[in-house]
Amino acid sequence: MHEMLRVHDLHGYYGESHVLHGVEFTVDHGEVVTLIGRNGVGKTSTLKAIMGLLDRQEGSIRVQGAELIGRRPDRIAHQGIGYVPDDRGIFASLSVEENLLLPPEVKPGGLTTEEVYALFPRLRERRGSQGTKLSGGEQQMLAIARILRTGARLLLLDEPTEGLAPVIVQQIGQIIAGLKAKGFTILLVEQNFHFAATLADRHYVMEDGRVVDMIPNDQLEAQADTLARYLGV
Amino acid sequence: MMDLIGIPPQALFGQLLLGLINGAFYALLSLGLAVIFGMLGVINFAHGALYMVGAFVALLLSQQLGLGYWPALILAPLAVAGIGVALERTMLKRIAKMDPLYGLLLTFGVALVIEGLFRHWYGVSGQPYPVPALLQGGTNLGFMYLPTYRAWVVVISLIVCLGTWYAIERTKLGSYLRAATEKPQLAQAFGINVPRLVTVTFAGAVALAGFAGVLAAPMYQVNPLMGSNLIIVVFAVVVIGGMGSILGAVLTGFGLGLVEGLTKVFYPEAANIVIFVIMALVLLVKPAGLFGRTA
Repeated sequence: MHEMLRVHDLHGYYGESHVLHGVEFTVDHGEVVTLIGRNGVGKTSTLKAIMGLLDRQEGSIRVQGAELIGRRPDRIAHQGIGYVPDDRGIFASLSVEENLLLPPEVKPGGLTTEEVYALFPRLRERRGSQGTKLSGGEQQMLAIARILRTGARLLLLDEPTEGLAPVIVQQIGQIIAGLKAKGFTILLVEQNFHFAATLADRHYVMEDGRVVDMIPNDQLEAQADTLARYLGV
Repeated sequence: MMDLIGIPPQALFGQLLLGLINGAFYALLSLGLAVIFGMLGVINFAHGALYMVGAFVALLLSQQLGLGYWPALILAPLAVAGIGVALERTMLKRIAKMDPLYGLLLTFGVALVIEGLFRHWYGVSGQPYPVPALLQGGTNLGFMYLPTYRAWVVVISLIVCLGTWYAIERTKLGSYLRAATEKPQLAQAFGINVPRLVTVTFAGAVALAGFAGVLAAPMYQVNPLMGSNLIIVVFAVVVIGGMGSILGAVLTGFGLGLVEGLTKVFYPEAANIVIFVIMALVLLVKPAGLFGRTA
């Protein structure tokens, strides 16, 4: 398999605060890979660093061979990357449909608006509403839906199940599984480990701004004790 | 015709028309200020100076190149937009992430420099600019005399204000602008070129000021200080209307122009301060402004 994403010796800073200390991992084409770990270990910051959103990021981030470090966020997106931020990032000053149509096409071959609405019929019903008037689950669906139109093939999803009811979590899981089947490459930050285990091929464990271990999904049970120690559960 | 509550109708409607015209300028200028503040977080003190530049560009086009009012109505806003691009690219961009106070001080300084240059070149006495032939004369409506040019100013200002509202609230470019105002980082992470959008927005907003300057030229004398006289009132209008809403800025602008006009009829002594009294009251009751959203 070909490498979609290679992160090498990634350091990240918010102002003077050094939050990533040499993060290393790779994601292959078509894989679903999670970053797991306790709160504050740098999972969200790693996704932000890939998008160029930290105050400063150093090291190397290559997407299909192209170096992202030093590029502006809008140029990074045009490498074919779609981003779902941890707060979902729904714009209050835009309607549901405007939110959906906001991200410009970054690569040819994205879903059409009709195909997106077919996947998320609820969004069509609410298309005229203010974006932030949607329920939490609907906002999460909108956050995912709007990057499917853009032609991005590498999706960065930051805690898509956070704060959602179990039935909604299940729906989001089906959506992500469907995206995997369509060949999207997905890097998932997830606190809900049981949810992650149903979807992912591999898990990278983070501690103190570094990746400290990698566990393939089929060895999860064998390494359950190690994992429990990492996650402190 | 009968007097209305002791006021001759000529005086009443005359002042209402003046109020509407002042309101048109308040609306055009406060609209631009609100858009700039939303997107750049800058309180643009140079807005009045750029309004003055718009009027001077019209005057110079006429004196130097013999170009009349109609070409000036297009060319002067473009020239002011060009100055806006230069200002944003060379100065405002550098203070983008700093305290809004820096933007206020910087643009205040820029306003003083621009006004100083024009005073140096043209002195402080006003220069006349002719009303275009098509808009000369007026109509006697029976209860008042309506000069054609003044009617034109009110109508075209309304059209431009509503057009701006439409462009921001109903178009694709407008949705980029709103998104980049609300969450600039995220908008950029979606692939939107936010730095360019900021430049375009600033240029567009100051172009509105330049446009207002051309509209003003045939009515008032073209004078280097015409902007600073107006801008203080416009800031009060922005405070009253609140920064959050485009339509709010337009309504507040026209509304306060009318209130000012009515005050001139009923209690002329208060006409110069009525807007500031309203500003104080609004700040007491609703600090975010009539149409503002609390952050």
